[in-house]
Amino acid sequence: MQVGGEIARAAGPHPAAPAVLRWQLLSRAVPFAERAMWSVLSIGMFAGLWELCWAFGWADPKLLPPPHIFIGNIAEQAKFFNTVNRWEIGVDPNAGPSPAISVFNTVLASTGRVVAGLAIASVLAVALGVAIRYFKMCERLLQPTITLLAPVSPVAWLPVAIFLFGIGNKPAVFMVVVALLFHMVLATINQIDAVNRNLINVARTMGATKRQIYVRVIIPAILPNLFVVLRLNLFGAWMVVLIAEATGVGSGLGQVIMLARNTFNPSLVFFTIALIGVLGFLFDFAMRQIQRRILYWVPQGSEVLRGL
Amino acid sequence: MVSERIRPFSTKDSVVCRNVGKTWNAGTPRAHEALRGIDLDIGQGEFIALLGPSGCGKSTLLYLVAGLEESSGGEIWSFGDRVEAPSPERSLIFQETSLFPWLSVWQNVSFGLSLRGTSAGARREAAQIALQRVGLAEAMDKRPDELSGGMRQRVAVARALAMRPRVLLMDEPFAALDVQTRAKMQEFLLDVWRSSGASVLFVTHHIDEAVALADRVVVFTSRPGRIKTIVPIDLPRPRDLFSREAEALRMELTGLLRDEVNRAFAEQEAFSPAL
Repeated sequence: MQVGGEIARAAGPHPAAPAVLRWQLLSRAVPFAERAMWSVLSIGMFAGLWELCWAFGWADPKLLPPPHIFIGNIAEQAKFFNTVNRWEIGVDPNAGPSPAISVFNTVLASTGRVVAGLAIASVLAVALGVAIRYFKMCERLLQPTITLLAPVSPVAWLPVAIFLFGIGNKPAVFMVVVALLFHMVLATINQIDAVNRNLINVARTMGATKRQIYVRVIIPAILPNLFVVLRLNLFGAWMVVLIAEATGVGSGLGQVIMLARNTFNPSLVFFTIALIGVLGFLFDFAMRQIQRRILYWVPQGSEVLRGL
Repeated sequence: MVSERIRPFSTKDSVVCRNVGKTWNAGTPRAHEALRGIDLDIGQGEFIALLGPSGCGKSTLLYLVAGLEESSGGEIWSFGDRVEAPSPERSLIFQETSLFPWLSVWQNVSFGLSLRGTSAGARREAAQIALQRVGLAEAMDKRPDELSGGMRQRVAVARALAMRPRVLLMDEPFAALDVQTRAKMQEFLLDVWRSSGASVLFVTHHIDEAVALADRVVVFTSRPGRIKTIVPIDLPRPRDLFSREAEALRMELTGLLRDEVNRAFAEQEAFSPAL
């Protein structure tokens, strides 16, 4: 036994360490690769069907250009993303930044509006929701109005956004905020009401004040579900931003779609749609990573359903 | 008026209930009387089990004593003071896990100290001492979801002990545990109780548990909950649950409880609409 232990110690963790590390990396990489493979397969199946329709002549390539066409002429389409000065009279359409940089700028503009809108809406929503539950007067004064405004379609706010903020980033961000805020306030109130009574009672028996109960118990307890609400609203934010951009913000993916519509350019439409899809996918992925980091206590996955 | 007199009860009595009643949703059509006319005196360091059929109001009494709910009638006193609000002197331990999932074990245990603004170093030290008493010092930095059900309840007990309570209120704390774990937890609780010197009010619907733990067993009637009788258990600890005396007590309590359960069932059937 002694000798065996000696040998094991001599062999030590040192020679074994790289192998262990490699194994750990591998065991993490394999499931990731598997998931990536399924994603590619899922999208490939959809694209394949489309290509098939085109090959059989069911899909008119002028109206529904299949992926190999609209992705094939990226370089051709990308220059339309240069929307900054194209509309000015006497300016050469090819002037300005290169097509690749134009695409990047456009994506950045739309993404920035979504992120800004989401950030403002979630901070405001949590603040309002907590205030409504914390102060009886806030509930009396605010809740009826919020409940009244929640079902109003964000599109109805579009003229208001333009009246108030004109053209630029502000109306688009305003649209995102207004589309999400009221729902998120109501979600926050619901979450506060659903906090486990025991947690609140434990804090009360330990002598917590009302403020301490809100700051130390209720807010951490509602964060996980609010993050899920935020993730679900992410897609809503993207839709609203496109609507706002399509009606004259001056730049962004929505405007490119509008341009494609006005110039009858289906390839550009589908290229932009593909771009938006990829962005939404990446956003959701990023949000899930953030969720895992900052909400470490929330169990992951849907293991229960797997067993069915 | 009793309430206008100053300290009518001794500062040595852990809990004194006088004619305590509780009606939920009083004044509404959904009003229902949970407790009526409870008179109970609990001495310092006494271990009391509250036994009764489900829904008889024993948990309600615990919440009233904790100060988490207001009684609809009567008075509750603790160490010479009227119970009007929750206090760290009276710690409540729940049936289900009530640990904060976002805090580590030691942060959970020292939560009460952090409310008072104690420094992190002092809190960690206090948490370590409390966790040693429940035999979980090595789990300091774990998170609640990494612990088993029994360990979580021990952490909850440690958290209560860290507040140095004089009364421990326990609402069926071991009901969600398996039989073996529960037996272990009962032993552990008796150790903690002896070393802390606190009084314990322990709600249970397990007759065995009441006989194994309590100095006195308070048997409740079914709704509205009243005290049917108080059975003293004068057996030395550690108790042999298979001794003749324990067997006799179990029989007695079973008989008392059966009457109440039967009555509760009969009432439910009388009130339920004919199908």
